[in-house]
Amino acid sequence: MTTTTAAGQLESGAARSGGRAGFGHLMLAEWTKIRSVQSTAWTLVLFVIITIGLTALFTWITIANWNGLHAAARDARALSDPTSIIFGPSIYLGQLTICVLGVLLITTEYSTGVIRASILAVPKRFPMLGAKIAVFAVLMTVLAEIVVFGSFFIGSAILHSRVSVSLSDTGVLRSTVGAGLYLTVFGLFAMAIGALVRHTAGAISIAIGVAFVLPILAGLLPDTSFFNHLVAYLPQQAGSVVYQVHPTGTQLLSAWEGFGVLCIWTVLLLAIATYLLDRRDA
Amino acid sequence: MIEARDLSKRFGDTLAVDHLSFTVQPGRVTGFLGPNGAGKSTTMRLILGLDHPTSGAATINGKPYAQITSPLRTVGALLEAKSVHTGRSARNHLLFLAQTQGLPTSRVDAMLDLVGLRDVARKRAGAFSLGMGQRLGVAAALLGDPQVLLLDEPVNGLDPEGVLWIRNLMKHLASQGKTVLVSSHLMNEMAVTADHLIVIGRGKLLADAATADVIARGSGQSVRVRTPAPGRLTELITAEGGKAVLADAPAGTGDSAAADDAPVLTVTGMPAARIGELAASASVVLHELTPQLASLEDAFLELTSDSLEFGHLDSAQFDSQPAPAADGSVR
Repeated sequence: MTTTTAAGQLESGAARSGGRAGFGHLMLAEWTKIRSVQSTAWTLVLFVIITIGLTALFTWITIANWNGLHAAARDARALSDPTSIIFGPSIYLGQLTICVLGVLLITTEYSTGVIRASILAVPKRFPMLGAKIAVFAVLMTVLAEIVVFGSFFIGSAILHSRVSVSLSDTGVLRSTVGAGLYLTVFGLFAMAIGALVRHTAGAISIAIGVAFVLPILAGLLPDTSFFNHLVAYLPQQAGSVVYQVHPTGTQLLSAWEGFGVLCIWTVLLLAIATYLLDRRDA
Repeated sequence: MIEARDLSKRFGDTLAVDHLSFTVQPGRVTGFLGPNGAGKSTTMRLILGLDHPTSGAATINGKPYAQITSPLRTVGALLEAKSVHTGRSARNHLLFLAQTQGLPTSRVDAMLDLVGLRDVARKRAGAFSLGMGQRLGVAAALLGDPQVLLLDEPVNGLDPEGVLWIRNLMKHLASQGKTVLVSSHLMNEMAVTADHLIVIGRGKLLADAATADVIARGSGQSVRVRTPAPGRLTELITAEGGKAVLADAPAGTGDSAAADDAPVLTVTGMPAARIGELAASASVVLHELTPQLASLEDAFLELTSDSLEFGHLDSAQFDSQPAPAADGSVR
């Protein structure tokens, strides 16, 4: 705290060493940001518990009540489409935590003011946001694939006494890999909404609205060709086809087409967010 | 070197920065003075590329901020507004900033030592006091050993020891040939820190001159004289062309001489030395003879009096800014 130490350390020359910062450095910095706040750990722990927990719970309920009262429809579904029992409720609710994390990674930068430090360090907005997107995408792909494969093996083990399902069955491997990719891309979709809205509560509301409310509203629309097409191209509806072996919706899009539509939505919103980040005052 | 050319920023109906042009030279501490709401913070945000100017441009070492590669190695900034995640530790805050520039981790620890935060480096920054937060901000600004420093109200919330530390640090950095621009509303602080002053009011440039010149241009030097014979001394001073005014009440200033109930004269137009000589020659007893150094405040008030909105209490600027601490930034 004295000027003499200041003089000594300021002239240490340490700041002069090291090369120019590239995209790898920016990704390393974003990784430091992500891992150094508690909200990341909490939402990811919740994600693992909710996704694997709900798979275990719903497969167990199915087996425990096999041939039980009012269980005929569920039993039939478990026989014809066992992955829908494994992934249906768990991915649907598990995506909630990923939405929250995706939004928080951006909006807390605004609420705490870190965005100013971030922009001063990386004044070019595109690499800054790009590094954040890349780190979140890598983290989520790895974690979500581990979680959905874990979910599948736990779920199929619990179902085993009544229903046999394996990754080599038609469409099952694609559904499992797709479930992880769906969660990753939906997290990026939520991140884009966070970057556009910049307020935690507002962005989480919109992301949840797209994930949970739009599907309900879509169900109330008249069953015409126009509305069926409209609904099929909504981000959640289109994307969710990729983790269904036998899609429950309108079946206008194939699994990868639907996933592609979700990706297009996400890229579009991220592009708008990057453009606005450059235009708006920080 | 920092250069602002015809810089303007409009927020709705308010022209927060009004065609400002100035140059901040390296090798000296430049004070950036102005009343609250004058546009100091906004100007700094424009220089740093955080806000986009409505017109004009600002450059640092000849480049707009956004064009600088590894900007933290060139420019260090301490903003008035907080820019630290409350849940992140001080060390991780500096670490991610260092990583964006490819700086070694050793630099982070060196800065934590420099600002005296090593013991709390792994604690949540949200638990920091105002003063500790300022020190973390200084550490972030110095991280890349930049040639140019912009500090917005750096002594805010610091204890006297911290104020002295910042003052010496800024002088030290300037002596190394760095460019140092420091904004403050503490005029006396600037009088002892800054070599050069840029004074703005309502977004307009009011003065861009050496600190000594700004003071001299103000109301002029005054000398406080306490004497049991004010009448005789006033005659002597007036005869020499000076001006002496009897202060209303000798007490009330809170200084140690308050116990002395001899009358006080405020003398202008004559240096303290000449007053002492006059008194000695006429055998007038003096109890006190003090040149008034606080006159940067007078100079400042005189410069900015036109730009303050006194008498316009209906104006939106007063209604919307009840907190006197709020500074230029409109958000």
